[in-house]
Amino acid sequence: MTQLPTSTEKKLGLVIDLDTCVGCHACVVSCKGWNTENYGAPLSDQDAYGSAPVGTFLNRVHSYEIQPDQGPAQLIHFPKSCLHCEDAPCVTVCPTGASYKRVEDGIVLVNESDCIGCGLCAWACPYGARELDQAEGVMKKCTLCVDRIYNENLPEEDRQPACVRTCPAGARHFGDFSDPDSNVSKLTAERGGMDLMPDQGTKPVNKYLPPRPKDTWEDIDILAPLLEPVAENAGGLLGWLDKTLEKL
Amino acid sequence: MHPAPSIIFFTVASGLGFGMMFWLGIGAPTVIGFNAFLFYLVAYALAVGGLISSTFHLGNPQRALKAFTQWKTSWLSREGWLSVVTLSVIGLYAIAEIFFYTRLIPLGFLGAVLALASVFATSMIYGQLKTVPRWNQWTTPVVFLAMSLGGGALLAGQILPAIVLIVMAAIAVILAWITGDKAFDRAGHTLSSATGLGTDGAVRAFEPPHTGTNYLMKEMVHVIGRKHATKLRVIGMILFALLPVVLLLLSANHVTGAIAAVSHIAGALTIRWLFFAEAEHVVGLYYGKR
Repeated sequence: MTQLPTSTEKKLGLVIDLDTCVGCHACVVSCKGWNTENYGAPLSDQDAYGSAPVGTFLNRVHSYEIQPDQGPAQLIHFPKSCLHCEDAPCVTVCPTGASYKRVEDGIVLVNESDCIGCGLCAWACPYGARELDQAEGVMKKCTLCVDRIYNENLPEEDRQPACVRTCPAGARHFGDFSDPDSNVSKLTAERGGMDLMPDQGTKPVNKYLPPRPKDTWEDIDILAPLLEPVAENAGGLLGWLDKTLEKL
Repeated sequence: MHPAPSIIFFTVASGLGFGMMFWLGIGAPTVIGFNAFLFYLVAYALAVGGLISSTFHLGNPQRALKAFTQWKTSWLSREGWLSVVTLSVIGLYAIAEIFFYTRLIPLGFLGAVLALASVFATSMIYGQLKTVPRWNQWTTPVVFLAMSLGGGALLAGQILPAIVLIVMAAIAVILAWITGDKAFDRAGHTLSSATGLGTDGAVRAFEPPHTGTNYLMKEMVHVIGRKHATKLRVIGMILFALLPVVLLLLSANHVTGAIAAVSHIAGALTIRWLFFAEAEHVVGLYYGKR
């Protein structure tokens, strides 16, 4: 059903810490791996070993540079996957009912056996979270690893999305935003978690933690004078070398 | 946005077909018997041909019938319903005219209204998308409806309405270009607003997520062809409106009418190509592009 639920029992989603992400792309690889081997159509590649490889990914890591007015530039790694929006525009445009938002946990999913591959949901998403698989002709998107998080065959520590489980930096957190005491709600409150493109009115569930302020160059200068060269004029062998080379 | 030929052909052809059905439905021209058959043949070939063409870009066209289920929220689904109902109503009206030499006038008017509603639904598939500011404005349905009515009048041989409506459609298209050129900036989307990183300084896309391209960039970050947009706008306008209107004003007969129609359709295809090629999706921002 493409009518969005007025409210969901849980609001499962991710917090992505832009301060912590080191841009290793491990989440991209683990996502591709899990979602190729498990639920739904595999995430195909085309011309994988050729000159123009392309493929379906549910999670991609961009890198941006922030150049402040003063001080050094900062590099921000920016993982982007489905934000499981409360007002998901991708769901309402779907003509077949393949796209839906679950009432029980708010996860936005695609029923692949109903998807005609028209691509309109990908057009409606401002975040580029949906990609049409070129081999299967169906729309693929982040499932929040719905086949892991409730999977009792897995050890309890593995019952979270593959990207969260694999992140070596702890930059991704999974939890229920409807619970104000959950880890994700606390992190969002403490660190000023933000929405992407709030002006699009999508009310994303996933939040991004902005990078923390960095040390400035002036701070480094406290120690810098102590590190300056002690002897300006070299003696001994180096002094002889210096003089000889000057003469050449 | 990627200007897929199947979608350009679909929107232009079905627009013209439904436009013709509007005029035939209101009895302009009033046709009967074999003459009526020829008119409806053209109208149905355009409308049905366009609709079939629209299924060519689907990943799984064998499931296309499922697209009728979500009319409550989806403009694409509503378009499917309205098209089928229009084709059925006008079909009955046409059968009465062709085989029974009878004009079921109320049915014709109902069909005419439905034909316009179908075109409106098509336009709203694009007009509803907040992610494409150039489309997400009132001009989109106005342009689609005006182009359909003008082109339909031309193909239905309604000279005076055709001249007036094609000129009006041309004005609507030019207005859409003027407001559309500023739409993206007016919506206020930038790389810093998209990433939320703009508070501490200028944001620049440093490195893309992958070395090659991807589905999103192919589909939504189409930059080829925008280069010649100005030239194509002029060419499109000459073919769409100027040449047909001048021809019809000089002398309206079957030869000038046919040339005018061919020119008008070529112009409409050019304008519709630009509608897609010039449209910028906000997702391009994440890739440092527009």
